[in-house]
Amino acid sequence: MKIKVFIERTNKREVVEAKDLSELFKKIKIDPNTVIITRKNELITEKARLNNNDEIILLSVISGG
Amino acid sequence: MNCRNCKNTPVITLPNSNISLCKKHFNIYFERKVRKTIRIYNMIDKKDTIGIAVSGGKDSMSLLYILNKIFKPSKIKLVALSIDEGIKNYRDPNFKFVKKFCKKNKVKLHTFSYKKEFRKTLDLMIKESNKLPCSVCGVFRRKILNDKALELGINKLATGHNLDDEAQTILMNQFRKNIRASAVLGPVTGVINDPKFIKRIKPFYFLTEKEITTFAYLNRILDKYVECPYAKFGYRNHVLDLLNEFERKYPGTKYNIISSFLAILPTIKESFKNAKVNSCKKCSSPTSRDICQACVLLDELN
Repeated sequence: MKIKVFIERTNKREVVEAKDLSELFKKIKIDPNTVIITRKNELITEKARLNNNDEIILLSVISGG
Repeated sequence: MNCRNCKNTPVITLPNSNISLCKKHFNIYFERKVRKTIRIYNMIDKKDTIGIAVSGGKDSMSLLYILNKIFKPSKIKLVALSIDEGIKNYRDPNFKFVKKFCKKNKVKLHTFSYKKEFRKTLDLMIKESNKLPCSVCGVFRRKILNDKALELGINKLATGHNLDDEAQTILMNQFRKNIRASAVLGPVTGVINDPKFIKRIKPFYFLTEKEITTFAYLNRILDKYVECPYAKFGYRNHVLDLLNEFERKYPGTKYNIISSFLAILPTIKESFKNAKVNSCKKCSSPTSRDICQACVLLDELN
């Protein structure tokens, strides 16, 4: 599956081939504990099922200051 | 997969557990956890005037939101305090968000700035010296909060410090052999009861950054992420990375640091309880020395 990812903290967009979120996080080298995941303006957990061409946004949980 | 308590889609899997919760049940869980922390540590009393230190970030905005929700119907007074350190392109956007929220929710907001209080912005202080930004900023922020709280009749200051922040600070103090600094940590800070020191309370002490960010997002108080340009220079950032790496490999590490620290905190506090509180000879602020750290820093910067 192709997943479009926007990483808010670094302002980076990527298209990642992954079967689930666990694989996606490994590929983009982000610790899932450091982000929350949104899809279509809804929060989803790391166990949520992905669909081909899903667009997800990763929001940092780490404070900016 | 469903929420533990209903058939709705979960928005979070709680840290170090397999419990997943939907929006409604996560909000209930979050509020209960805050109420429990406040109750167990006797953080808030009926006659209190609570000053909430608000930066506009997710922690302080969530704190303002939840304390306002819990205590609005009571006689407890809530006041928001914001400090503009003078960091270009960092504080301005966050401030707009704080002002908007306070206006909408009818919370009195007091704003202060380094420029007005110390005649220089943090940017200028750092430009003109070789000081570490986070050290300078922390000393001045604490001074403003304590001094202004005294002036405004605030008897407790609530801050958005969370489990992650506290675990980092405990480790930082250990690494730097700074036991005195650890003595003032904990859910309710301070060693000595002195009217010049405003007691600080941390209602988010047992909540993680992830839980707070989730709460802020669900309740539409999560503003756009803006990183302080000085954060990368901070010692804390290195400890943060190290702790996150440990937490990933050994889940529960941060909570274990907090728990074991709380077990020994009474002993640490006991060894510092006879420390003397003086009035700074320059500004009258409470200090353990003759001249407070803020005045020493100001002299060095000028």
